[in-house]
Amino acid sequence: MAARLPEAEALIDSLAQALRGSVNSETGLVGIYSGGAWVAQRLHRALGLQLPVGQLAITLHRDDFDRIGLHREQRRSHLPFPVEGRDILLVDDVLHTGRTIRAALNELWDFGRPKSVRLVALVDRGGRELPIAADFTGAKVDVDAGESLVLSEENGRLRLTAVKASP
Amino acid sequence: MSRSLQLGPDGRLVHLLSTEGLPAETLRHILDTADQFVSVNEREVKKVPLLRGRSLFNVFFENSTRTRTTFEIAAKRLSADVVNLNIGASSTAKGESLLDTVWNLQAMDADMFVVRHKEAGAPHLVARHVKPGVHVINAGDGRHAHPTQGLLDVYTIRHYKKDFSRLVVAIVGDILHSRVARSQIHALKTLGVPEVRVIGPRTLLPADVERLGVRVFHDMAAGLRGCDVVMTLRLQSERMSGPLLPSAGEFNKAYGLTPEKLAQASPDAIVMHPGPMNRGVEIDSSVADGGQSVIMPQVTFGIAVRMAVMAILAGNA
Repeated sequence: MAARLPEAEALIDSLAQALRGSVNSETGLVGIYSGGAWVAQRLHRALGLQLPVGQLAITLHRDDFDRIGLHREQRRSHLPFPVEGRDILLVDDVLHTGRTIRAALNELWDFGRPKSVRLVALVDRGGRELPIAADFTGAKVDVDAGESLVLSEENGRLRLTAVKASP
Repeated sequence: MSRSLQLGPDGRLVHLLSTEGLPAETLRHILDTADQFVSVNEREVKKVPLLRGRSLFNVFFENSTRTRTTFEIAAKRLSADVVNLNIGASSTAKGESLLDTVWNLQAMDADMFVVRHKEAGAPHLVARHVKPGVHVINAGDGRHAHPTQGLLDVYTIRHYKKDFSRLVVAIVGDILHSRVARSQIHALKTLGVPEVRVIGPRTLLPADVERLGVRVFHDMAAGLRGCDVVMTLRLQSERMSGPLLPSAGEFNKAYGLTPEKLAQASPDAIVMHPGPMNRGVEIDSSVADGGQSVIMPQVTFGIAVRMAVMAILAGNA
């Protein structure tokens, strides 16, 4: 069993504190589906940002398409502001191998060339397979290799749980 | 028992040969996937890497610049390498058989074939003989099927009408020779459209058309009454005069879609046409260019639907 996991809501509060000095009225906040999008919505509210929050679906840039094919996917990227020349805060829930972030960056670039991208992760579980690091992290956590960290929403509250990864 | 050539043992789509026999779930998967690609086509960069490093061969034994171009654009937006072969003008003239042509292309490491042929069943023959992992898409075979056209038509209907379960859809014109009509009818019935009508002269309706589950009308006004969707078909020029029809003018008088005839349909009915249109024959310009026409969106959605089919097939290696 992994050690006790931190409270997701408390991590979001501390992330919002950490980000406060690093955003302005032109900053674009973008969450990666699905957990990252939830976290981005919370941060957006907490920071009182003016631009609407964006969402990225990474299906079309995944690197395991050859193995898993194209599954039914209703989620779509939605960027309600021009990406070109903008400072972007990219938000994900669990930072692990870094492959999701690589795909998200490719997806983001299909909408334009941002001025900068900084990465915000609710939790970092280590295990990177790519040279990717977060600029803002809620907490570092230890999870057994055979487990997945899942962010879920219950009664309007976000919660982190560790579940046995499907083989 | 084999489920059909199109579906693998696990029920996944491995070739797209016909809308007939495809489960509703498979059709919905294609339409939902096309939704994603509609949004890709609205982006600054209209390209995604799903088919990077794969080769798609457009093998057209029957000429069609428009259909071939839409497959070419779809494949290129998925980052595939595309080779267009107009076989009518080359190999068959030299006596090479269909399968010899395909085997030669397969030896060049083709991953996907888009096949159009004047003979019904030609794409099926190709699908039966390609290596595992190679996919075939039927781009029109004889009078049999044109599944991507049927799918883009149901995609367009879903886009405007949202729900199939209460629709009345009319298909007007030359049903007998139309592979488009057959693909539309199978897709519409499978997706749960309660009433599909076909409207046309007796000479242009197949004798057993009711077996497809459609209502038959010979009178345009009666057939269009209360319709939510009016799908006009192209009248092939070689049929405009001959044993089946007195003349294009006579056909237009009885079955050409004019504003007056369209007034019989529901006020919010949409008008569709698979293109290319014969203005003044099966459809009047004022209808084709009018407020109820969704003919240009059909073309746009056609790219996304073909991208969806290619991406799903490529992922189901």
